[in-house]
Amino acid sequence: MSRAVTPRRKLINTTIAWAIGLLIFFPILWTILTSFKTEGQAIASPPIFLNFDWTLENYAVVMERSNYMRFLWNSIIIAGGSTILGLIIAVPAAWSMAFVPSKRTKDILLWMLSTKMLPAVGVLYPIYLLFIELGLLDSRTGLVIVMMLINLPIIVWMLYTYFREIPGEILEAARMDGAALRQEVLYILTPMAIPGIASTMLLNFILAWNEAFWTLNLTAAKAAPLTAFIASYSSPEGLFYAKLSAASTMAIAPILILGWFSQKQLVRGLTFGAVK
Amino acid sequence: MTKRTHALLGACAVAALSTAAFAQDTITIATVNNGDMIRMQGYTDTFTEQTGIEVEWVTLEENVLRQRVTTDITTKGGQFDIMTIGMYETPIWGANGWLVPLDGMSAEYDVEDILPAMRNGLSHDGTLYAAPFYGESSMVMYRTDLMEAAGLEMPTAPTWEFIREAAAAMTDRDNEINGICLRGKAGWGEGGAIITVTANSFGARWFDEDWTAQFDQPEWAEAINFYVDMMNESGPQGFATNGFNENLSLFQQGKCGMWIDATVAASFVTNPDESTVADSVGFALAPNKDGVSKKANWLWAWALAIPAGTQNEEAAKTFIEWATSKEYIGLVAANEGWANVPPGARASLYATPEYQEVPFAQMTLDSIQAADPNNPTVEPVPYVGVQFVAIPEFAGMATEVSQEFSAAYAGQQTVEEALEKAQAITNETMEAAGYR
Amino acid sequence: MATKASRSAARIMIAPAVILLLGWMLVPLIMTLWFSFRTYLPLRGGDQGWTGFDNYVRFVSSSSFWPSIMTTLTIVVSVLVITVVLGILLAMLLDQPMWGQGVVRILVIAPFFVMPTVSALVWKNMFMDPTNGLFAHLWRFFGADPISWMSDAAMPSIIMIVSWQWLPFATLILLTAIQSLDGEQLEASEMDGAPLLKRFYYIILPHLGRAITIVILIQTIFLLAVFAEILVTTGGAFGTRTLSYLIFQRVLESQNIGLGSAGGVYAIILANIVAIFLMRIVGKNLDN
Repeated sequence: MSRAVTPRRKLINTTIAWAIGLLIFFPILWTILTSFKTEGQAIASPPIFLNFDWTLENYAVVMERSNYMRFLWNSIIIAGGSTILGLIIAVPAAWSMAFVPSKRTKDILLWMLSTKMLPAVGVLYPIYLLFIELGLLDSRTGLVIVMMLINLPIIVWMLYTYFREIPGEILEAARMDGAALRQEVLYILTPMAIPGIASTMLLNFILAWNEAFWTLNLTAAKAAPLTAFIASYSSPEGLFYAKLSAASTMAIAPILILGWFSQKQLVRGLTFGAVK
Repeated sequence: MTKRTHALLGACAVAALSTAAFAQDTITIATVNNGDMIRMQGYTDTFTEQTGIEVEWVTLEENVLRQRVTTDITTKGGQFDIMTIGMYETPIWGANGWLVPLDGMSAEYDVEDILPAMRNGLSHDGTLYAAPFYGESSMVMYRTDLMEAAGLEMPTAPTWEFIREAAAAMTDRDNEINGICLRGKAGWGEGGAIITVTANSFGARWFDEDWTAQFDQPEWAEAINFYVDMMNESGPQGFATNGFNENLSLFQQGKCGMWIDATVAASFVTNPDESTVADSVGFALAPNKDGVSKKANWLWAWALAIPAGTQNEEAAKTFIEWATSKEYIGLVAANEGWANVPPGARASLYATPEYQEVPFAQMTLDSIQAADPNNPTVEPVPYVGVQFVAIPEFAGMATEVSQEFSAAYAGQQTVEEALEKAQAITNETMEAAGYR
Repeated sequence: MATKASRSAARIMIAPAVILLLGWMLVPLIMTLWFSFRTYLPLRGGDQGWTGFDNYVRFVSSSSFWPSIMTTLTIVVSVLVITVVLGILLAMLLDQPMWGQGVVRILVIAPFFVMPTVSALVWKNMFMDPTNGLFAHLWRFFGADPISWMSDAAMPSIIMIVSWQWLPFATLILLTAIQSLDGEQLEASEMDGAPLLKRFYYIILPHLGRAITIVILIQTIFLLAVFAEILVTTGGAFGTRTLSYLIFQRVLESQNIGLGSAGGVYAIILANIVAIFLMRIVGKNLDN
């Protein structure tokens, strides 16, 4: 939208927007800054903003204490694996809902979303017992499956809203040409839906990355992702703000960077069909 | 792909398999993120060099750790070869047959050397189920300089009345000095522990001999009213959310005149690297109400136990023998000084001349010996345990009870309301568990 | 339009997703239902047999039950109101022409990427701590007594933390919706001299209806499950015990699987009531 405004108005807009933006971002900025302080400077009164002796010591301590790379790798595998697996299952489902809708389509969609409302704590015991039976405890496979199931409704929903925006005439034309269903999906729909699929993938990657109940309860050492990594830095003995900040920064940095680089795709994806 | 690369890949695979075979002695240890345990992790390499056993650490914050290991042991999940548990869990889990008995330890290990209080607390029916990594009681830690400035002298065995008076005298709000810091944080192992021992030292108890809750008795009301009044007079802002760590940090920053808490804290508050008040800390026995025979001493140990059914029982035992041995204490002493060794577990430590020079050594030992889990209260009780009641239902209900107390500390309800709710919660739970 | 063949193909394509989710829902649900009718105390020898509706009665008659429902609903509703209202304002602001819009958007979106555990830890320790927190310094700077956030204002604190996490999500969806608004229409009304409030009420708000519905739907799903934020900050004290936290206490702290499972069934019922309620409005709004 390009409405003409006076430079004065633009300046006011800019000032207010930047102030609010920085305010919202401030907790993250403060965490990153604190991670470069010594423990003493981290609790200094009055607080020090930039004028401190920048040190990497906290990062060194964290790296020495925990196998960060393994936690990171597990997070990537679990978030990435569950997203890909989810897409494989969700694309056909969303496709058929969008293009061959029946009376029950909306009910199915809403039912799927409602499965997300089951309280995780209530079913921890049953799931734990099942995982023991299946030998899936502390395995990345197990977590990939659980994360996929948790996010599947969201994936289906997002893809559905995308597919619905694809004009039906194109499909009709393809069918006239005698294209098979599979071809229809592969060669016509999927390319058109690539932006939507990309943003769906991003959102689910973020959701799986940040999930902290199942990832913490179903893992021990081998499959533990960054959510477990952070659990060892929360409220230890003694001063810990700087080390906590370093660990926090390490836990959120990868996803923050990914999110920022791909924010255009993500933002487009976050509409959930909100725009008609 | 050429044949050669295939061959190469095959060779790699074989190599990978054979290293896997060599590395099969890997044990997974769940532990809490306390300073002494983190230090132990640092020495893992020494252990691996000696024994060839690899160690995987799962280090978690205390609440998360409890939740994880309890789920795992009750469902026989088998994710851990060693679990770090305390004096509360050990006898209950041992009685259920979930832990490997720690008998048949080597002669050098010298089980008899473990302090009797610790050994008893970590045994069930005379069998040891967990080896103490460190043990603790509670005691008074105070600032000698502030005490002097207030013109007072701390007796070796102060009363609550004296503590309150001294706290008021040391408080200096303008300089952010609180006369006394105590836990108020909800949780049975946090604020629940200190308020239970405080109640003990006012002559109160959790249950009478018929398992009826005793929160409606005047001793409880007196204890909690005293606690709240004293903290309002001389405690820090928002003490209702302070636990061990928060208070430790306040004390290290010089913001507390006195702090009654775990004896292990002594090594942190006297460590000049961490504490700004390291050279002016004194120690005294936990207080009691004038004329009451029990002091506010608790008894606790963080101990290592092996869940039954683990594949690596031998390797796990080897690790426990190493980590709780005299040799390990010597290793830490050689590298970090005697003040930093894990305290409270072994009698021989307190007989070591170098350790006797550590300022808090004797007071720690005296405090541990003053606690009596079999006889924790003035009036007789049907349970074992000082700051806890060694029944499975305790953790859950004591956490809820301590949440009510915390709400009273924060002024969101009166002490009387909190006690009424505590009474109801406790009796409800005991009824559900079939005690009454 | 769709042929018979494509219909059956569609059914086959939708099957894996439906079957998987059905399994994911039913298997734990049936196990939970089974446990809820039994005395199941892992620390007292495990499953001790049938107990009828005892667990259900006990869970509801506990003095913590109704407060926990209220707490749950308070958190959900407050966060929804805050994020939707602030989200609309922020979206309208971001829609204005300005310098560095892209960077501002990056700043605003950032909290969404932060793990709930991390954000709870950071807020609790580095901002809301009454001694060393940044807020305490700020309060002292203005000569006020620092607030003990986690005890004296526990619910507002948690609501604030959770709102901070979800505000970006609401803002972005609403922003996309505002950007799709017909600029000419707005401009015309601007020229007519329609006051800002009127323009907002008659043009912008109706246009956002669908987006607001989506925000409410998606956020409710996640907000009903808020857990880490409470575990890390208050541990359920000071009136912050939600229903899922209460179940957590019954299952894990008290190790009473039967009682906790009964609580789980109640939570499922609550979720379904909320779901039906939501579906009603969503269904209406999502129809073309």
